[in-house]
Amino acid sequence: MMHILLSRWRQGHRTLPYPKELPALPARFQGLPRIVAAKCPEACRLCAEACPVEAIGFGASGPSLDLGRCVFCPACVEACPEGAIAFTGDHRLATSSREALVTTGTESYARAEVLGAELKRVLGRSLKLRVVSAGGCNGCEVDVNVLGTLAWDLGRFGIQYVASPRHADGLLVTGPVTRNMELALRKTYDAVPGPKIVIAVGACAIQGGPYCHREEQLGGVASVLPVDLYIPGCPPHPLTILDGLLRLLGKLKEPR
Amino acid sequence: MSRRALTIVKNGQPVALTELGPLSVADFREAILEAVQEGDRLACLCADSQLRLFAVLADDAGKTLRVARTQLDQPRYPALTPVCPQAHLFERELAEQYGIVPEGHPWLKPVRYHRPWTGGEPQPLPLPGVMDFYRVEGDEVHEVAVGPVHAGVIEPGHFRFQCHGETVFHLEIALGYQHRGVEQALEGGPHPLSLKQAETAAGDTSIAHVWAYCRNLEGLAGVQVSTRAERVRGLALELERAANHVGDLGALSGDVGFLPTASFCGRLRGDWLNLSAEVCGSRLGRNWLRPGGVQHDLDHALVERLLPRLEQAWLETQDALELLWGAASAMIRFEVAGHLTPVQAREIGLVGVPARACGISLDVRHDHPFGPYRDHAVVPVLAESGNVHSRAWVRWRELSESHRYLAAALTDLGRTSCEPRPGPLPGLAADSLCVSLTEGWRGEVLHLAITDAEGRFARYKIVDPSFHNWFGLALALRGEQISDFPLCNKSFNLSYCGHDL
Repeated sequence: MMHILLSRWRQGHRTLPYPKELPALPARFQGLPRIVAAKCPEACRLCAEACPVEAIGFGASGPSLDLGRCVFCPACVEACPEGAIAFTGDHRLATSSREALVTTGTESYARAEVLGAELKRVLGRSLKLRVVSAGGCNGCEVDVNVLGTLAWDLGRFGIQYVASPRHADGLLVTGPVTRNMELALRKTYDAVPGPKIVIAVGACAIQGGPYCHREEQLGGVASVLPVDLYIPGCPPHPLTILDGLLRLLGKLKEPR
Repeated sequence: MSRRALTIVKNGQPVALTELGPLSVADFREAILEAVQEGDRLACLCADSQLRLFAVLADDAGKTLRVARTQLDQPRYPALTPVCPQAHLFERELAEQYGIVPEGHPWLKPVRYHRPWTGGEPQPLPLPGVMDFYRVEGDEVHEVAVGPVHAGVIEPGHFRFQCHGETVFHLEIALGYQHRGVEQALEGGPHPLSLKQAETAAGDTSIAHVWAYCRNLEGLAGVQVSTRAERVRGLALELERAANHVGDLGALSGDVGFLPTASFCGRLRGDWLNLSAEVCGSRLGRNWLRPGGVQHDLDHALVERLLPRLEQAWLETQDALELLWGAASAMIRFEVAGHLTPVQAREIGLVGVPARACGISLDVRHDHPFGPYRDHAVVPVLAESGNVHSRAWVRWRELSESHRYLAAALTDLGRTSCEPRPGPLPGLAADSLCVSLTEGWRGEVLHLAITDAEGRFARYKIVDPSFHNWFGLALALRGEQISDFPLCNKSFNLSYCGHDL
């Protein structure tokens, strides 16, 4: 017993002070991309050609990057001769709609909205989530799981992962939804009592990620269920996931 | 036909298919059976669309890899499984992927529940949990079905227990839910997405898989990787191992209700992962390695920042784990659960931590050394009892070895300067075979590449250690209490997606 107490003293209090303070992210962390269309040479499509998941499109205002498809490989950054694309250290990537994930880097990125008034009244103070991996590579899964450790201590925000869909207010889904998981995912969703929400975590869950061209998967959660929150990344950093969850519940006090 | 007639290959060195003279089917079978009889391990058995069969046999003690090839005239041959249980899952895979029938196999049940790769009329497919299972009949025998959606945040799989009261007579594990088509996606490659797919074949083992993939490309392209890049790759692999071993030991503590170590390790795992993130931006080592070298090198300043953090993480990890080893209530639970014998382990071709926990000396870094491990020898860490305690103990000792490697590697890397990123690789050798093995934190990761006349992948086979080891978990549960399943499962901590691909 004394050993345990001594260790407890040595290890100290290690829960992150987030959201009061932002934890330090590594210098090479890849967050929200910045695109400077003015730097793009005429008719240059090198970034789009380099992208292995067709995440880059070209419109009137120049290139746009679909974070729902992006697997955060730096192919576009490396391909650009002018340095027009760069990933910044901004971890706040979650959105409420699929369309909002397409960023041109010139206008403000439309981050996730708070749940509607009625849903917020019901779920805002206590959100129980059932996590379903539907073809995920265990990358998103481990970084979802890590929020339950004492460093992040998800419980202090009133959010908890629960063992049964019957006890849940919603699903947090990772993976592209493989054909072999479609039925299980649908059944799990049906077992969650309403009102309920669905959160798609990671490139796979949003559009199929590195497997978006494969017929063994369905191209993301939205092909099966209505999605309320999209959290992009391959995998998203735990801070990005937590940021998304807190935005959804209106628990982040910062200018939008 | 003895195994001496087989072609010897080196880990990561290509061999032209013409040098792999096809054996007759009878000789192929006989050579494999004889090699296994003499102590080799069947590391891989696979087919391709031209009905060629390939086998990789590992003589771990003799530090030799052998490859055999045969050509089937028709999609059937006498099965190896009845005399060589190691082959059972590989042969089920052959039947599912290419419709090849190993005659005499006890049950060619699907492995991943996908359509046959040979095309043909798509049959209505069964789902992994919705089909026949081995059943024990009798009074008071009952069946327990668990999954695919589990109580924890883990991947999907279906477990079917045949129980008598609390006692498990038999456990059958049905996977395939995670099947994304990784091997087929790689065919015709390397494609722009291939590297990312190798990284996510088992996304918690990114470095071990992507390293095996890169070594296949480098071998086939005839590219030599610099000593420094190899050292950085070793750093990446050992950080991956350390983080996962810390996480597993914490989770094992949690599964026996010993919360101090569980809580500390949950956080400490993050500290180890964050060391990887400092170098490559990703906690899971994504985008770190690339064919020809590494994407991210470490300059002197970064090494200086990492060294004290490494020592701090190691000190706190030791503190957390010494508590566990000193807790008699936790130890007694570890010692009585999940027992496997060395004979069982050899018969089913177990690899990695569970094999070493049975006293079987086998570690790719030692037996078939690659990259930095040629100069920096790793001694396999062994335990004897083959139970949960042994599997935990092996992890703990390996953690210590990894820390030693990491401290030395960081110090070395700090003394020399960064290298520029490698350029694109030249084309791959045509009509060749390359087999590359790495030792991931779970065990042996095997990638086998076979190129066509244009130097594209005609077949790309991945064998995650979980493919060998899931059956070990099923055996370890026999005669145990069903309530110990979570503990036994965690002591193997196998990959679902690495198996399902």
